[in-house]
Amino acid sequence: MRIEYKMDNRQKEIENLKDYKYGFSTDIENTKAPKGLNEDVIKFISNIKKEPQWMLEFRLKAFERFKQLKEPDWQKPKYPKIDYQDLYYYSAPKSMKDKPKNLDELDPKLLETYKKLGIPLQEQARLNGIAVDAVFDSVSVATTFREELSKLGIIFCPISEAIQNHPELVKKYLGSVIPTTDHFFATLNSAVFTDGSFAYIPEGVRCPMELSTYFRINASNTGQFERTLIVADKGSYVSYLEGCTAPMRDENQLHAANVELIALDDAEIKYSTVQNWYPGDKDGKGGIYNFVTKRGLCKGKNSKISWTQVETGSAITWKYPSCILKGDNSVGEFYSIAITNNHQKADTGTKMIHLGKNTKSKIISKGISAGFSDMTYRGLVDISSKASNSNNYTQCDSLLMGNKCGAHTVPYIKNKNSESNIAHEATTSKISEEQLHYCQQRGLNAEEAVGLIVNGFCKEVLQQLPMEFAVEAQKLVGISLEGSVG
Amino acid sequence: MKEQLQKDFDNIVKNLNLSQKDIEIKQFYLDNFINKGFPNKREEDWKFSDLNQIIKKDIGELSFYSDYTYTNKVDTSVFVDGLEHNKLVFINGRIEKIDFDYEQKDKIEIIDQSESINKLDNNSLSDLNNAFTNKSFKILVKDGYQLAKPLIIYHTTNSKIWSKNINLRLEFELDKNSSLRLIDLFNDTSEKNFLNIFYNFDLKENSVLKNYKVDKLENKNIKYSFNNIEQDKDSISETFILSAGSNFFKNEINCNLNGKYSSAFVNGIFSLNDNKHHEIRTIINHLTENTKSYQLIKSVLENSSKAAYQGKIYVNSEAQKTDGYQLSKAILLNKESEFNAKPELEIYADDVKCSHGSASGNLNEDSIFYLMSRGLNYQQSRELLINGFLLDVVEKITDSEIKNLIKNLIGIKE
Repeated sequence: MRIEYKMDNRQKEIENLKDYKYGFSTDIENTKAPKGLNEDVIKFISNIKKEPQWMLEFRLKAFERFKQLKEPDWQKPKYPKIDYQDLYYYSAPKSMKDKPKNLDELDPKLLETYKKLGIPLQEQARLNGIAVDAVFDSVSVATTFREELSKLGIIFCPISEAIQNHPELVKKYLGSVIPTTDHFFATLNSAVFTDGSFAYIPEGVRCPMELSTYFRINASNTGQFERTLIVADKGSYVSYLEGCTAPMRDENQLHAANVELIALDDAEIKYSTVQNWYPGDKDGKGGIYNFVTKRGLCKGKNSKISWTQVETGSAITWKYPSCILKGDNSVGEFYSIAITNNHQKADTGTKMIHLGKNTKSKIISKGISAGFSDMTYRGLVDISSKASNSNNYTQCDSLLMGNKCGAHTVPYIKNKNSESNIAHEATTSKISEEQLHYCQQRGLNAEEAVGLIVNGFCKEVLQQLPMEFAVEAQKLVGISLEGSVG
Repeated sequence: MKEQLQKDFDNIVKNLNLSQKDIEIKQFYLDNFINKGFPNKREEDWKFSDLNQIIKKDIGELSFYSDYTYTNKVDTSVFVDGLEHNKLVFINGRIEKIDFDYEQKDKIEIIDQSESINKLDNNSLSDLNNAFTNKSFKILVKDGYQLAKPLIIYHTTNSKIWSKNINLRLEFELDKNSSLRLIDLFNDTSEKNFLNIFYNFDLKENSVLKNYKVDKLENKNIKYSFNNIEQDKDSISETFILSAGSNFFKNEINCNLNGKYSSAFVNGIFSLNDNKHHEIRTIINHLTENTKSYQLIKSVLENSSKAAYQGKIYVNSEAQKTDGYQLSKAILLNKESEFNAKPELEIYADDVKCSHGSASGNLNEDSIFYLMSRGLNYQQSRELLINGFLLDVVEKITDSEIKNLIKNLIGIKE
């Protein structure tokens, strides 16, 4: 209900922003690193964050490697070449230079921004029961509920703070799933990442509330490179939410984040994303390039990592949240809804790499394309020769609306173990006339009918989302497809 | 390898009466091939089978020179018994016999096309084929003629050749309302050769092609076969592949459904043991309305064998009402066996029905238990289940004579 109320409240503000209601930008003074990508910029970032030497070395090592890498070009959605020297790699609200001690000291403009977005930073909104880490451009501006969490021993803070205060944890786990020697965008992130969230759940603790990060790109011409690291120690549980928006701008903006999850013995991590970056206008101008690397490692026995994503935004989405099932009996899950409209493009899916015995994975992917958009599911299921008695089930369904859009399925299936089973199914179809007719006959207009059918199509995935997100996601599904019928 | 290629090429060209222009064209393709080399796993289409490595490992140095000046004796003992058929015999890559004894002579035309070039720009292997093929024919089935008997193409190799690359090319044109049944039968007593085969089929309105590829006899050769099928209105193509005997075999089917109501069926069996490595790659392009395709691939993999299936259904934005289906299933009988699949859908039209499925795993222990509890021993139960599994594909063969022939070859009893 919260969201609906907020929506009414914002009605006036968003009237002129009907298509993308988060498209406003905040007029706020910024501190920026000099334009371009070089060692000095990396040192600048490291310096401004007062990082220890080992962190700087980590970055420089990644940068050395980055210089040797070529930008990949095998993906389906092509984009104009990005000039990496023409980007700002660091941008922070000026008022953040001396970090405010608490929310009262926070720049009211920032608070206002998050209020507009419907993200309650003030803790009086505690009824929501979600701990939020808000990332504005390159820095984390506020993290709520920290005290309450720390009573349980849970560490939830910006990663730059974790580097200062918990170096032993960061040093141990940072880069252990996505090493500095990874692919182009991941390595770029390792070199220049600015902030992000860090969460550590100690042994045997079940995190009592949802942890959440809210990303917002505000400054223009800025790449956002944040890094999230979540470690769930033995027997712990955490559910993590991620949301993102950006202002409407004519140029394309790059977002290349890295997310690393590590689950030790018997631990479970549930990671949910509602991605609503600015998708560009009706003619495909502007929008975010969302080139994110997300990878989870089920390191311990009986561990579980579950990815849920609702991808409605971005001009181009290019990401494959993956699970490496290393521990015996570990479980990986991937639930995804990806919606593309107008000129949006998406190339997304997952990788399930089975290394341990008795590992199980499940992939449910729903793709909907409308307008002139293009959607690709690309996935890998790899059962290694040691992963005896493992199982995978994959289901990819695509829905097409109109004959100007495309839907593609490119699964890679590798089975090297005779005791393991892989099953894969995929279908592509359109909304049937019968279904539409049935709904319309009962008084829904065409658009409502499509919304209803699409929500039904996505239900399996929407169910996986935490309650707070599910409502929003359902609405988002409807909004994203507006104007695609008839 | 570069010098070897050029040297062998010059030797071959010397023996042929070619015009300067033809030599130049061939040289152009040779240069292309020298540039690209054999396909390797960095190429997306060869991701699962690195031909370059396989040739290096299994053959080592290849020789590209073949002496086609002498004739080989046709060994009639390899001919299929109990099925009257027309024959086309290749021995070590040389055409030794073409006979259409059972057909009306004026309805079939055999055209020497040695000068023509294969236009399909597929990969470096088509360049290799263009550079080295020295004799190629086009078989034209005329308007309304339906061949009385099937045509069997014998691909025989014997111990006279060793570490050789053999390039073949054939073209078939089926005019309106005609039909052809074709069996490719591989008989190899040679070892360590690389066969590079290109077929092109042109199916005109309402014609029917039934194309069966049978690689059953154990041999240590490496084979690549590319089949391009162009289909006009109302035409039907049926392809069946039995992939079993060679050390390495990659079959590619590229089918363009250009005319309304045309349909393509591709069915295949991998039955592999030892260290064999086979692949089938299919691309079905639905280019216009109301076209249909159906694909079923089943594999039984023993020991350290490896099978890969890459299937793609492409539907362009005009091809409304497309019906595309694709299913691949594999039974892995041994810990070391491996099955890789990449079933792909690329769809740009909305009013379509396309789906694919892929499953791989072990024999179902419950089924074995069921059969054993009814008095069969383990081996019998296993065989029964595997036969049943494969029979599914064989039953898709629409020609009953050939179906029986293939059943006998595989050893499936009913």
